[in-house]
Amino acid sequence: MAKASVWSDNRFWQRSAAWITGFAAVLLIWLTFDTAGQIEMGTDEDLKNGVTKRVPGPTVINYKVTYEMSTKRGHEVPVIGGANGDEKEKFFGRDDWSEKEARDLLHLGKLGSQVKNCMNCHTLLGNGAYYAPDLTKAWLDPAWQDGGTMQSLTGKETKEEAMAEFLQHPSTYPTHARMMPDLGITAEEAKGLVAFLKHMSSIDTNGFPRNFGRMENAGVRNGK
Amino acid sequence: MASNHLTGIGSESKQLATWYFTFAAIIFGAQLLFGLVAAIQYVMPGFLFEILDFSVARMLHINALVVWMVFAMFGSVYWLLPDETGIETIGIKIGKLLYWIFVAAIVVVILVYLFIQVGPADETSIWFIHEGREYIEAPRWADFGIVVVALGFVANLWLTGFKGKNSGIVTVLMADMIAFAGLYLAGMFFTDNITVDQYWWWWVIHLWVEATWEVFVGAIAAYGLITMIGAHRKVVEMWLWIEVAMLFGSGILGIGHHYFWIGTPEYWWEIGALFSALEPLPLVAMFIHVLYDWGKTQGGQDATGVEVSVVNNKPAFTWFVLNAFGNFLGAGIWGFFHTLPQVNLYTHGTQFTSAHGHLAFFGAYATILIGMMYIAVQGTNGIKVMKHTKSSLWAVSLIVGGVMGMTIALTVAGYVQVLVSRAQMGATWAGYFDGQSGMWFAQAMDWRLFMGALTFLGFLFLVKDLLSTGKNPVHEK
Repeated sequence: MAKASVWSDNRFWQRSAAWITGFAAVLLIWLTFDTAGQIEMGTDEDLKNGVTKRVPGPTVINYKVTYEMSTKRGHEVPVIGGANGDEKEKFFGRDDWSEKEARDLLHLGKLGSQVKNCMNCHTLLGNGAYYAPDLTKAWLDPAWQDGGTMQSLTGKETKEEAMAEFLQHPSTYPTHARMMPDLGITAEEAKGLVAFLKHMSSIDTNGFPRNFGRMENAGVRNGK
Repeated sequence: MASNHLTGIGSESKQLATWYFTFAAIIFGAQLLFGLVAAIQYVMPGFLFEILDFSVARMLHINALVVWMVFAMFGSVYWLLPDETGIETIGIKIGKLLYWIFVAAIVVVILVYLFIQVGPADETSIWFIHEGREYIEAPRWADFGIVVVALGFVANLWLTGFKGKNSGIVTVLMADMIAFAGLYLAGMFFTDNITVDQYWWWWVIHLWVEATWEVFVGAIAAYGLITMIGAHRKVVEMWLWIEVAMLFGSGILGIGHHYFWIGTPEYWWEIGALFSALEPLPLVAMFIHVLYDWGKTQGGQDATGVEVSVVNNKPAFTWFVLNAFGNFLGAGIWGFFHTLPQVNLYTHGTQFTSAHGHLAFFGAYATILIGMMYIAVQGTNGIKVMKHTKSSLWAVSLIVGGVMGMTIALTVAGYVQVLVSRAQMGATWAGYFDGQSGMWFAQAMDWRLFMGALTFLGFLFLVKDLLSTGKNPVHEK
């Protein structure tokens, strides 16, 4: 046998594998620390002071949320509270949900989203099943706005009430041959779920989904 | 699978392996059945509406997938451990006890999914019904059970690995399986922050299927090459280490491709794009490696002048080669299709992902695990050279054809969805249904159902063959 080369030495490759794996893992952990800081949920103070968080605090439900093109970032971003950041929007008749109330509502909604298994028909932030529409920006969907098809169908005055009504009695409002089943969602749970959806729409998803609700055929231009 | 030929050192471990394989095959069948229910619902939306809704069928479909693969993976390790270490698996009695606990837990979870399905929006439902997080829906109580069973399994593996002969394959498996089990912990908490939720959820899903499971496949493929064609251990293990370096080197940070749109910072675009673009490379390497070793060993045999196949288990080796190719095609090519953020912005959350999911799970994992089942059948029946039977060939053809067909159909459906619902209609509720009602989408779903049915037919042949081939006189005893 010729003189052994390092390239055909198992020890060399074993050590390389260990070093590369270790390096990749350390890098991932380091990035995780950085990301964890950036995706921490904001607070009511942040919203009041106009501090932009990737994941805003639960009291975002008191504010108007839109999804607008940012020339700086080259894609759409959620805009909270309009141009000045302080434009409120009533949520189930109130725009003064306290941090505690809003947090409890969001907690109920997030629990509901898991227990009702939303993710095995819908996608949330694009992840889940593909049997039903993506819910990332459902709160901003033209269908739920004033004059939108879904809001008219339920006969409710506001989009949050329309969404809550639909969630409680989905098969009463068939929109398509493929219907949402009745999941025994109570009025309170529906409120929580709508809060969860509104909160999700305010998350900065780096422009996903692209051009949401801005196409001619989609009817109303969202948030305008 | 009669176990009359399992005697001597390692027979206990191998017997436990056959138990794991048997339950895996049953759950594999359940996976296909619930997949068929879900596929029918795409074509006939009223099918079992408010009885067994899509959400339940789909949850069972993907959970059964994960469970049967984990069972078959545990089985594979218990099977090869005595061969590699030269000793009986340590703590095998506890291993067997944990097996029954595992089976009982899975059965209870499935029954609860089926008959309770959904509960009120509170913590109790999370603890006792399901957690509603794709792939890892198992309720919290079952999470703890799974952790206990996995720890027991890892302990068996580690103790045996330390005491017995320490091969490269076992070393890789020891490191890999502890990471595999440990990562499950990242999915065991509740948070109101959906972005944080999905961040850690991907630690489990991605670091399983695109890192630790892939390395597992590398180790199993190495074992298969040594046992089935007598490949040279040093060469095989050197390749294995190279594969580990490439798989973990690309796969760990490749997790970035799941962090493009869930609220995480923009730098994940670059990291995800770069490392996930590298992910197909080790899969190419694995494919070349299997074919190279096969050619080399067969060439060596041919040079002796005696024309005889070096493969001592034809059906298993067929599945191993399919794995090498399917892994590359399903995980590599179909994954690369939509991994760059510029493309993924439109393909994320469409049937495109589903197409990739079907071919990748099948190509990368189902194939090689079926191959391991054949190796177990060979061993338990004391067969020297195992040949194909009519059933084994029908099984391979129908399953491979069926899964490829489903993948192509779903890819077409994905294109329609991307172009119509996403690019044209801006991803709204109305846009979604415009895409779904398109003719090409509907036709694709018809084809998917048909191809799914073919796959199930192939599965029936597979079960028949696994149960009967051991007694078939065609093999050399």
